[in-house]
Amino acid sequence: MSDRKPLSFQDLILTLQAYWSRQGCVLLQPYDIEVGAGTLHPATVLRALGPKSWKAAYVQPSRRPGDGRYGENPNRLQHYYQYQVILKPNPSNLQDLYLGSLAAIGIDPMLHDIRFVEDDWENPTVGAWGLGWEVWCDGMEVSQFTYMQQVGGLDVDPVAGELTYGLERLAMYVQGVDNVYDLAFNDPQSPDFKTYGEVFLENERQMSAYNFEYADVDVLKRQFEDMERQAMRILTESRGPQGQALVLPAYDHVLKASHLFNVMNARGAIAVAERASYIGRIRDLCKACAAEWQKQQAGAA
Amino acid sequence: MPQLLLELFSEEIPARMQGNAARDLERMARERLAEAGFADSAIRTFAGPRRLTLVVDGLPAAQADRSEELKGPKAGAPPQAMEGFLRKVGLTQEQLVERDGVWFATVSSKGKGTADLIAPMVDQIVRNFPWPKSMKWGTCTLKWVRPLQRILCLFDGTVVPLDIEGIKSGDLSEGHRFMGAERGAFSVRDFDTYRAGLASRYVVLEADERKRRILDGARAACAARGLELVEDEGLLEEVSGLAEWPVPILGDMDPSFLDLPPEVIRTSMRTHQKYFAVRDPKAGRLAPHFLVVANIEASDGGAALAAGNARVLSARLNDARFFWDEDNKPGNFDRWLGKLKGVTFHAKLGTMADRVERIAALASEIAPLVGADPAVAEMAARLAKADLASGMVGEFPELQGLMGGYYARAAKLDNVVADAIHDHYRPQGPNDVVPSASVSVSVALADKLDTLVSFFAIDEKPTGSRDPYALRRAALGAIRIILENGVRAPLDRLLSAALAAALESESPLAAERFAEHLSAEGYTSTGREGSLMADLLRRGISDGWDRTRSSGSQETEFFDGQRLLELESYCRTLFPPLKAFFADRLKVQLRDEGKRHDLVDAVFALGDDDLVRIVARVEALDKFLATEDGANLLAGYKRAANILRSEEKKGPLPEAGRALRLPGAPAQEITLVAALTDATPKVETALAAEDFAAAMTALAALRKPVDAFFEDVMVNSSVPAERDNRLRLLIQVRDLMGRVADFSQISR
Repeated sequence: MSDRKPLSFQDLILTLQAYWSRQGCVLLQPYDIEVGAGTLHPATVLRALGPKSWKAAYVQPSRRPGDGRYGENPNRLQHYYQYQVILKPNPSNLQDLYLGSLAAIGIDPMLHDIRFVEDDWENPTVGAWGLGWEVWCDGMEVSQFTYMQQVGGLDVDPVAGELTYGLERLAMYVQGVDNVYDLAFNDPQSPDFKTYGEVFLENERQMSAYNFEYADVDVLKRQFEDMERQAMRILTESRGPQGQALVLPAYDHVLKASHLFNVMNARGAIAVAERASYIGRIRDLCKACAAEWQKQQAGAA
Repeated sequence: MPQLLLELFSEEIPARMQGNAARDLERMARERLAEAGFADSAIRTFAGPRRLTLVVDGLPAAQADRSEELKGPKAGAPPQAMEGFLRKVGLTQEQLVERDGVWFATVSSKGKGTADLIAPMVDQIVRNFPWPKSMKWGTCTLKWVRPLQRILCLFDGTVVPLDIEGIKSGDLSEGHRFMGAERGAFSVRDFDTYRAGLASRYVVLEADERKRRILDGARAACAARGLELVEDEGLLEEVSGLAEWPVPILGDMDPSFLDLPPEVIRTSMRTHQKYFAVRDPKAGRLAPHFLVVANIEASDGGAALAAGNARVLSARLNDARFFWDEDNKPGNFDRWLGKLKGVTFHAKLGTMADRVERIAALASEIAPLVGADPAVAEMAARLAKADLASGMVGEFPELQGLMGGYYARAAKLDNVVADAIHDHYRPQGPNDVVPSASVSVSVALADKLDTLVSFFAIDEKPTGSRDPYALRRAALGAIRIILENGVRAPLDRLLSAALAAALESESPLAAERFAEHLSAEGYTSTGREGSLMADLLRRGISDGWDRTRSSGSQETEFFDGQRLLELESYCRTLFPPLKAFFADRLKVQLRDEGKRHDLVDAVFALGDDDLVRIVARVEALDKFLATEDGANLLAGYKRAANILRSEEKKGPLPEAGRALRLPGAPAQEITLVAALTDATPKVETALAAEDFAAAMTALAALRKPVDAFFEDVMVNSSVPAERDNRLRLLIQVRDLMGRVADFSQISR
């Protein structure tokens, strides 16, 4: 990469944290509900809406049950980490800020080929879309760079810039490693050195088996319906101390429903025709939360 | 003369949009300059990853002064009219002149300075630019393809002041994102300093120049290693829009991947990585290398980035290898066919497995028409769509068919079957090869006919530019397969076979559509007797009537008769639009080959639906009309037809029949009677043998007698028997010619 020693997985995270902290971001911790992507953290999906400015950065464990490979594929995981940055409104030098973060983790743009390649981002389950790029480093996609235009079917105004780094991939690149499980998790010189495999391989094996073979579809289906009902009930019937609808707990239930759907999908329990209908149900809930949140934000501004 | 220079500098513009953006910018500038009276200025536009540039040379410093005469009220019009007119033109009545009782005013206006016109022009262009997708950013309310960072706008070396939603114009541009960064933004005076400033900051302005550098550099890099670049125009276009300073670099690929099909390697390189493949001309196959076009001249000569790209490619090809190995596991085709049951083809047309059933039945039906073994054709059709469920086609949909062919060979299936699977999507476009092996023809034709009949049955016909199911391509493909292989079957028969396959299959669609039709038409049956109906259709409806009548069983006659009526009614609804659709496509095809469309109409008017015969007729007709006999006979035909038409208005024409040699008839009449007597059997024989050239030759013999007849014989004789006989002669000429083509449709 460069003359200096490549960063371990955790140092990569610490470096990004320090960098984005310097840019004025609130450093959050991961959201404590299973999500498929860092975008779904309320710090992005909800905070992108409304008129208030917001700068945040956080690591988010992301669960994609269908991507599990029992720990046997060097590139695919059902549980991995994204580093997520959201800046609203996006600063006009967002590309430069982003490139600064690559420099901070040791990627020299005079040695490596950094490109912004068209990629229109869309997340139908939250009714969100934006325009931007995949950022390539020597042909490897290392980040997603998006100007978010809509969330929950509502205009993001002012526009938020969203950066998503695939941490394992980036670390593999920085460390020059071909197998994710060989990544140095902490400092290889440390007496307590651990690889990524030592930390997560067993998790991949067990979770893959559960997701693909043992998750109980009937239970999942029932739970999905419970979550769906709860989300709607909370949103429409409950009120907080200031009289506001309880959109945050409602949204938590939407996230849970969304994860349950992903597990059912991985389990092969959802027919092609049903898929669209499930996604539509989640999107409707998301839209309802988004609309309520925006209303509250506009009122408070 | 003064020059206008405009640069719209933004964050990275998608490569695929750059070409159109340059054209749109040119068009919008041209329209607006023409409106301002600068029609003949020289416009050039450029598009690249981060900028759109417009340069206009030969602009005057100001518009010419204008003077125009406006027509006012008539002399003596009410005073209000005159007052209104004077207000409009800003003159007094003394300044008007009166001509022919009307007042005229001469209004002159001073031309505006060009710089003043440019600001609103640029403002309009930026606000109305037709990006396929545009966005907002930050708090800016402007929409652009990606955030617009700078506007450089100079006229005659001076900044044209602009403020578009807070973006102010200036004279600054900037160079390459990385290599030009050190020197920062630079100020520009005109196009020459702009272009040179960019070049010294590692930006190639012209897309064609970027392409040339890529191609030259890539070829040279390959040649230095004794290799050849696999050229790819579409990819070249794309990568030239991804780099401001393109640097082709040859990288190494692990040679062990060369055991994958070359199409897989190329597709993976192209779609995922935007690399060119490299060929080893001595070995006659792909070489273990790739060519990547970088956007920097790396400080280490590109070693690190070549190695990085090679690692990414290995990961990609490892994925492909995984799919290839998984896909080739025993039992693959059965597994995939099972999966197709869960894949919806179209909500109203059932699953992909239903479609496979239909195509298999249809292919075995078509097989005997093209000399294929029905069992083999059916088997090939049954397997043709299986690869849609394979891992590789899931990853690279464009490899459908092709992978099926590979997997079939690996599974030791007959080569004939593997080829049919491989080729059954063909022809995919006007330059694609048409299958010629008989089994491949059966499956390829079945694939297209099923598509057409199915989508027409659910009323999903193409409209205007909308053709989401590519039915036009399917029809054109079917036509080319039929013509190039000389498949002799009336369209009616092929469509009936396709409908039969649909009625018989388990898929709900056909039966439901049929049932809907029946109930709408007031028939009592439900149409849910798929195989019976299919059987009747396959034997042909008219044969069905004969067999039913001769069955000797009243019951058979009643029930089959009922079904035949229902089928006839459905076919009458479904087939005519389909046949018209084929006719339209065939016309387009023949027109593209340079055939006159009126000849196509003349042949179609005969109602023939054997495409091979139709084309043979059109070709013979084309040649015939190019001869002197042909052209003259056409004139004779038109004259005959005109006379008949006008006589018909006066009263009924004599009953058709052969004209006689009336005693005392003029020699020319007798000659024509003889010529018709002679030509008629010749034309009939030739037509029966489908020897259209011979039929035309036989008709040509009529030309002189017809000309002479019109020259010397008066058709409208006052003797009724003579008149009738002569009209009969003309009817005979018209009808005999009409058996070859409908000459009335031919314009010249």
